[in-house]
Amino acid sequence: MFNNVFSVMEKIKITIDKKEIEVAKGTTIYQAAKDNGIHIPTLCYLNLDHLKIENRPGGCRVCVVEVEGRKNLAPSCSTECTNGMVVKTHTVRVLNARKTVLELILSDHPKDCLICSSSGQCDLQKLSQTLGIREIHAVENAAVSTYRKDVSPALKRDMDKCIMCRRCETICNTVQTVGALSAINRGFMSVVAPAFEQDLIDSPCTFCGQCVAVCPTGALTPFDDTGRVIRALSDPTKTVIVQTAPAVRAALGEEFGMEPGTLVTGKMVAALRTLGFDKVFDTDFAADLTIMEEGTELLGRISKFLEGDKNVKLPILTSCCPAWVNFFENNYQDMLDVPSTARSPQQMFGSIAKNYYTQLLGIKREDLVVVSVMPCLAKKYECQREEFKTNGNPDVDFSISTRELASLIKAANIDFNALEDDDYDSPLGESTGAAVIFGATGGVIEAAVRTAYELFTKKKLEKIDFTELRGLEGIRTASIDFNGTMINIGIAHQLGNARKLLDGIRAGLYNFHAIEIMACPGGCIGGAGQPLHHGNSDVIKARFDAIYREDAGKKIRKSHENPYIVKLYEEYLGHPLSEKAHHLLHTHYFEKNKN
Amino acid sequence: MAQYKMHLLVCGGTGCRASQSERIAGNLKEEIKNLGLENEAQVVITGCFGFCEKGPIVKIVPDNTFYTQVKPEDCKEIISEHVLKGRKVTRLLYEDPSTKEHISDSKHMGFYQKQIRIALRNCGFINPENIDEYIARDGYAALGKALTEMTPQQVIDQIKKSGLRGRGGGGFPTGLKWEIAAGNKADQKYVVCNADEGDPGAFMDRSILEGDPHSIIEAMAICGYCIGATKGIVYIRAEYPLAIQRLKIAARQCREYGLLGADIMGSGFDFDIELRYGAGAFVCGEETALIHSMEGLRGEPTVKPPFPAQSGYMGKPTNVNNVETFANVPAILLKGAEWFSSIGTEKSKGTKVFALAGKINNVGLIEVPMGTTLREVIFEIGGGIKDGKKFKAVQTGGPSGGCLTEKHLDTPIDFDNLIAAGSMMGSGGMIVMDEDDCMVSVAKFYLEFTVDESCGKCAPCRVGNKRLHEMLEKICSGKGTIEDVEYLKNLGAVIKDTALCGLGQTSPNPVLSTIEHFYDEYKAHVTERICPAGQCKALKLYTILADKCTGCTACSRSCPVGAISGEKRQPHVIDADKCIRCGACYDKCKFTAIHVQ
Amino acid sequence: MGAFKLQDCHKKTIADICTYYKNEPGNLIKILYSAQREFGYLPEDIQREVARILNISVAKVYGVVSFYSFFTMTPKGKYPISVCMGTACYVRGAEKVLDELKSQLNIKVGGVTEDGKFSLDCLRCVGACGLAPVMLIGEKVYGRLEASKIKEILDSYE
Repeated sequence: MFNNVFSVMEKIKITIDKKEIEVAKGTTIYQAAKDNGIHIPTLCYLNLDHLKIENRPGGCRVCVVEVEGRKNLAPSCSTECTNGMVVKTHTVRVLNARKTVLELILSDHPKDCLICSSSGQCDLQKLSQTLGIREIHAVENAAVSTYRKDVSPALKRDMDKCIMCRRCETICNTVQTVGALSAINRGFMSVVAPAFEQDLIDSPCTFCGQCVAVCPTGALTPFDDTGRVIRALSDPTKTVIVQTAPAVRAALGEEFGMEPGTLVTGKMVAALRTLGFDKVFDTDFAADLTIMEEGTELLGRISKFLEGDKNVKLPILTSCCPAWVNFFENNYQDMLDVPSTARSPQQMFGSIAKNYYTQLLGIKREDLVVVSVMPCLAKKYECQREEFKTNGNPDVDFSISTRELASLIKAANIDFNALEDDDYDSPLGESTGAAVIFGATGGVIEAAVRTAYELFTKKKLEKIDFTELRGLEGIRTASIDFNGTMINIGIAHQLGNARKLLDGIRAGLYNFHAIEIMACPGGCIGGAGQPLHHGNSDVIKARFDAIYREDAGKKIRKSHENPYIVKLYEEYLGHPLSEKAHHLLHTHYFEKNKN
Repeated sequence: MAQYKMHLLVCGGTGCRASQSERIAGNLKEEIKNLGLENEAQVVITGCFGFCEKGPIVKIVPDNTFYTQVKPEDCKEIISEHVLKGRKVTRLLYEDPSTKEHISDSKHMGFYQKQIRIALRNCGFINPENIDEYIARDGYAALGKALTEMTPQQVIDQIKKSGLRGRGGGGFPTGLKWEIAAGNKADQKYVVCNADEGDPGAFMDRSILEGDPHSIIEAMAICGYCIGATKGIVYIRAEYPLAIQRLKIAARQCREYGLLGADIMGSGFDFDIELRYGAGAFVCGEETALIHSMEGLRGEPTVKPPFPAQSGYMGKPTNVNNVETFANVPAILLKGAEWFSSIGTEKSKGTKVFALAGKINNVGLIEVPMGTTLREVIFEIGGGIKDGKKFKAVQTGGPSGGCLTEKHLDTPIDFDNLIAAGSMMGSGGMIVMDEDDCMVSVAKFYLEFTVDESCGKCAPCRVGNKRLHEMLEKICSGKGTIEDVEYLKNLGAVIKDTALCGLGQTSPNPVLSTIEHFYDEYKAHVTERICPAGQCKALKLYTILADKCTGCTACSRSCPVGAISGEKRQPHVIDADKCIRCGACYDKCKFTAIHVQ
Repeated sequence: MGAFKLQDCHKKTIADICTYYKNEPGNLIKILYSAQREFGYLPEDIQREVARILNISVAKVYGVVSFYSFFTMTPKGKYPISVCMGTACYVRGAEKVLDELKSQLNIKVGGVTEDGKFSLDCLRCVGACGLAPVMLIGEKVYGRLEASKIKEILDSYE
């Protein structure tokens, strides 16, 4: 990580646990050990190298090692190797220090592990198992630091469990540039919190949930909707249907011990059916619908622009990502008319389900419960937004995360690995490869380009794969030849990169026609509702590849060719951007002013 | 200063000002005017003389008469007797505690005899608000010499050769520090003066800034010249309004004289300074924390490397030195590295300023050569222990330091000896304790400070110090066990071994050093449940001595919990179970019949 | 804290302070220092306004305010009392002085008397160790204190 270009070639020799090794100059002791199969525990250090995210406060002091000639122990995460250095990673002195420090951390940590939302997933719990902590030395009634609890629609904060690893603070400020969280107070009472310990809902939080995704303890956890889903499933008066987002299928398997990047679409459908959902549908269907609406909107704006209309707002921005929507509502009030008005696939699905599908079934919307399985925590917030409710009844009733689905499957004693593949129900379960790639950064815009190209040029695409739009670089740009008209596209994932891109547009540095933004690293595959990556960004890379594999295997790979979408327009909506479509599938944005 | 026959120097340091030294100066001026002596004598408010115990101080030159504990009403006599008639006011002269002789010249006082003043050379001699007085004492000559006769490297070489080490605590060689900063290329570099003195019981930086602000500005400019910085920042405690004011005045005068700003002394070298306020965080004495604080952030330390010399303020190479370190620099350049290195011990050159306080007769600010023994400092300069009590310990290095005992009294004071003895130089606080001080309570006091001042970034310091403090509280309240003392040792050692910054790495020192040197006292607390110094409230046992008690009932009436019973004119009794150890009876008893154990 | 409502004149004062310091986030501590001198304390609304002008998150501003002991979010008394808890004062009986103040004023450290007359805080070393134990009332330094002198000193404040 710290190897700069000039020193990469320079090698130095160190001895680590009696083993002589050669490392590049600038390598940390931690990295050198890791590359040589020596595991040094850490709690605060986080390095997602594929995404260029790093948190290295040197605060937990669990990764300390002995360095010959040095007076005190060295934090391996932030000590660079020097030539001839002799390192010992597991001496008695080191182990005593690690155990004592961990005991200290635990002495100011609640002991409700049995019922903690992070139980089994918790890095702190795992480490105290590894180090065999069985008692904590402290005086009776030793002080503990306690803080205001906060439950928002998307996530819960219980900072009594905070160990000051600062990962959430780094994510919220450096990576996402949201600025909802900061370290506050000093000393024993220091903690990461919003200003004045106010609720997240009153802060500029976008509910992207990336803080939850990196929290090593139970301090930041998702709001749990599984109980409400179980109650709905057991209510005989309700028809309960479920939709699954594209990114879920590329990650759910990890919760059942499968290799990252294993696609489990069929098993997931089977599990949902076993859980008792009346119909198992696919958000991908709604993703195709999104492309029809958003793509048409994009084409409309570009055509007008090319005809010389000066009032047309370009670039058009995608609006599938609810955290991104929250972000621009709060930070770019002057640009509220720029994003596409198309609702996100989750909400399009909900709207079609509650308005169209209820008609097919002949039931009232109150009797249909729509559950979504999302890789995302912001979706929990999105489905509760007032504009997505009719007479108080939301289009999507509950949004559960990939992890919550896994816990439902486990609780129901379903042997996930042994399940036979099953197919989605019709008609809201049919989708194309274009919809699948919504799960990865650049996917939405690629799907839109596939459709827009054909609609604009009236020609058939020779090459469906727009590889120039793919990748994990934070900001990517490309120009696509629309039969002689160059369409400039910008892509950003992570909100900090989005900010850079938007500030660049404001400053007139870019000339884009369309921009895709996703709040989470890698897009939805790296969403905060996904199985925890525990600091290993290879996991996200594997899911990324899986998404494109799924797309490549699909028979139909362009949204406008989805026969059920075509049928939906014919039977119900009319045409894209029709009045009915506007009413059901589009939204508007609100100026927020939280800092 | 030539036109006046006589100068009356009035101490304007914080301590003396608190004792009305400003009014004294006013009265002196008025009396001079009343007697028509305006052309004969001039009143000058100076910085600290150091002898705070005997303040307010008025010194008359050229005869070097040193008046102590002057009151505003004494001014008339000083002027009419001393200035007009040339007769000294004997009753205001310092009285030697042993010989009872009145001493007129401070040179002959025990307090000053062993001192050598380099960093404090101008404190108490000049009016800090007048640049001409500084210049008259060779001020800015060192800067001139550096700019016109020497290359930056030559200056750095001189500082290196002098052996000057950082006076802020770490003791890092100053010349080497400058050389590293000079070697890093950048479009902008910074010189920072750390004046965020936060060590409780140390006030040398404040005294230097209040008494000789120009010496700091001069040294910062020299440093800027050496490392290639054009900007200097003084990071100063917001609670030091007088020092801030004097520094601002000094900087303004420098700009008027062309000693700050563009093209200083026609050398082509540009340099200016600005002030930043420390807002009350001890940890900001650590240089990375200080830099973050200057950037408008929380003052949390960060892992080194990168060192400030590589990437400091605003990511630029930055050299941070403390006030006292800077104060030495001009003197070294003028008098030479050899002169400086001839003072002190092998590895610690020059002098060190100490703030001598606590149970000692002569509280004040002293500057002694490195290598002076603690005995010399405490018993000769400090005049021994107050009220004839017995010396018990001396705490050096503030909250990061440790307690030294009788057996260390003949240890020559320098960086390395203090560390070897389990303490450290720190910024130079020196608190003397007597037999009435409980060492467990003293350790607890320091830990309370560290707990308050820990930034909270690293776990050992954030939680560990809290646990140390709780454990000490438990021991002081009579509930500790011998295992607790053992655990204190382990925990203290781990905190030292694992904490992120200098604050945490040294915070257990007060505990560890008192356990090492006063183990019996800890043992008495946990096994016999007594506090030998009689300081721990919960371990006090109040009894009434029947033979002394007259039965006046004053004690039973004062007892808030009704624990004292007895007939009038009969000896009373305290019920130990009811007693809350508030000490009210002890204060009320006129017959010393209350016995405390 | 809810009591403080930001008026236009307050906004102007804050804006002036920020302008003086070039609206630079790096000057946050100086800005907060000046604002506190102006308003006596730093209620939520002032922090929000500073954050808005400097274009930084209010969480960050609060992070700084809550870090440094110099900053306060509660108004001080008319006569703020600070007892020096430096080591020199401690070994010369500062704790007894503090206890006496607490019982005379019937408030805790950090508190304000009901009539708003006095507030009580501790500070670390005034630098007047020669006068230990020391306390400040406003800017005035009281040295060589004894618990028995406290009542008289307090009574001298109207």
